[in-house]
Amino acid sequence: MADTAATATPETADETGDGIRRRDFIDIAAVSAAGVGGLAVLYPLISQMAPSKDVLAASTTEVDVSAIQPGQAIKAVFRKQPLFVRRLTPAEVQEANATPVGALRDPQTLAERTQEGHQDMLVTMGVCTHLGCVPLGAAEGEVKGEFGGYFCPCHGSHYDTAGRIRKGPAPTNLEVPEYTFTSDTTIQVG
Amino acid sequence: MSFPWAKEYTPANGFTKFLDEKLPLPRLVYNAVGAGYPVPRNLSYFWNFGVLAGFFLVLQIVTGIILAMHYAANAQVAFATTEHIMRNVNWGWLMRYAHANGASFFFIVVYLHIFRGFYYSSYKAPREMIWLLGVTIFLLMMATAFMGYVLPWGQMSFWGAKVITGLFGAIPLVGEPIQIWLLGGYAPDNAALNRFFSLHFLLPFVIAGCVILHIWALHIPGSSNPTGVEIKSESDTLPFHPYYTVKDGFGLGVALILFMTMVFFLPNALGHPDNYIEANPLSTPAHIVPEWYFWPFYAILRAFTVDFLFIPAKLLGVIAMFGSILLWFILPWLDRSPVRSGHYRPLFRKFFWFGLIPAMIVLFICGGAPAEEPYVMLSQLATAYYFLHFLVILPIVGQIEKPEPLPYSITEAVLGSDKKAVLGENASPAV
Repeated sequence: MADTAATATPETADETGDGIRRRDFIDIAAVSAAGVGGLAVLYPLISQMAPSKDVLAASTTEVDVSAIQPGQAIKAVFRKQPLFVRRLTPAEVQEANATPVGALRDPQTLAERTQEGHQDMLVTMGVCTHLGCVPLGAAEGEVKGEFGGYFCPCHGSHYDTAGRIRKGPAPTNLEVPEYTFTSDTTIQVG
Repeated sequence: MSFPWAKEYTPANGFTKFLDEKLPLPRLVYNAVGAGYPVPRNLSYFWNFGVLAGFFLVLQIVTGIILAMHYAANAQVAFATTEHIMRNVNWGWLMRYAHANGASFFFIVVYLHIFRGFYYSSYKAPREMIWLLGVTIFLLMMATAFMGYVLPWGQMSFWGAKVITGLFGAIPLVGEPIQIWLLGGYAPDNAALNRFFSLHFLLPFVIAGCVILHIWALHIPGSSNPTGVEIKSESDTLPFHPYYTVKDGFGLGVALILFMTMVFFLPNALGHPDNYIEANPLSTPAHIVPEWYFWPFYAILRAFTVDFLFIPAKLLGVIAMFGSILLWFILPWLDRSPVRSGHYRPLFRKFFWFGLIPAMIVLFICGGAPAEEPYVMLSQLATAYYFLHFLVILPIVGQIEKPEPLPYSITEAVLGSDKKAVLGENASPAV
């Protein structure tokens, strides 16, 4: 029903002659409020899929590293993913330090990937940075790859003794999680 | 019915023209809830509740799918995962409280929707199919709500499952095997919980399908209206959009304010504290009641306390409870009055306001009360009236009542007119 002069009410009349009616304001205000409210509802609907509080609460792990002999590694679990803790032999440390950093795909020195005073303690995620498989080389007798560190059997990524990517499709070095030495023999990851 | 004066959808640009040829969804929307659907101009707020019921169905499906992402239907962990949702999942408390209170609000709006149908005889020709589909939806809702209440695996969940499946045990000869088959065991356990979860997930989509049929059937004759007089001309109607989108939008706003008040400030007011105790097959809660929306029917179930002839009281109660809803299926053929709206039916109105409504209120109160006097006796009186009203009073009133004069048209009812309508011309439903 078109608003003719005879039926126009204060809401529908164009009183000031500028083409704006009071009803235009009501329309815009109502639709805006509904739109903002609708968007606000989306937030919890999306947020509910993020990690829940119990998952976040399980996001630190303590590892006792006292029993690891040079050349040995242990597997721990951090955030439901494998964690490699490896005590490097002096030869492995030397080999890692001797590698020219500039030639690496993801240039990092061994010192950058370990903590001061604990350069022989290499803590990395056991998750290949290519597509997430668990690389071999942590357990005794496993293939360590062409560079003596880790080897991912899924798509053939070779990591060196500092856990750096040297050959194969993986784009970056094995991730070093955030961790601290809570004592000389214990680390807390996360 | 598409009235001849309904506005025609015209695609505005190349894309909508393309769409209109290949898949005319915009045209469907335009003709269903847009300017292309003429609706009686005199609809009151009682005509909001269909849209509101649709809204709460969508809300239940959205929150329900989210809850299912975090819940595990296993008797070992079901209760724990419900608490996990409340404590660990981001906004999980909001999802669960919205779902639990959403069920209550779904029933509130559907009961008001049905009340509207009773008072204005929305079930009468030519809208019988809409009514039949509506009763079907209501039955599906009850089944869905019941099974959903079992899932948290609290004390009320468990004993509700036991009692309601026990209803089937009342069937002669095959009752007990049926009950065991329904539960997949001798008492509710993992098997029952799993199938209830599966069906609780399925049925809302069956309801959604029935809702589509319900709306489809509605759009053939179009909405009824408070006068009960059929649409005669364009001046009796308004386009659905913007007139009723705005009216429904306002109603939705009010409903949401009430709903969110419950969710945020009284989330457990409609629930039962016993359901925060994990299911224990060895201990029945002292006072076991279903959710509030089942109370009237629960009262009818419990109203039968003595055997009649060879029929045991237990079976009578079950028959009466199911019968009290199933008889709605024949309501369009019980109420033969040619006048639709209760507004023009003085005798019907008396029985409606002073008979049916008080009886329903009494049944509601008694259903939530313990099974003791005076509630049992009151339930019996109210149950008797309930069946009397539908099976005896309505058919007789339709025969003997002298309806008040109907307006000639909706337009006349709204704008007033000097032309006094003649009853004989308008008393019969427009064909």
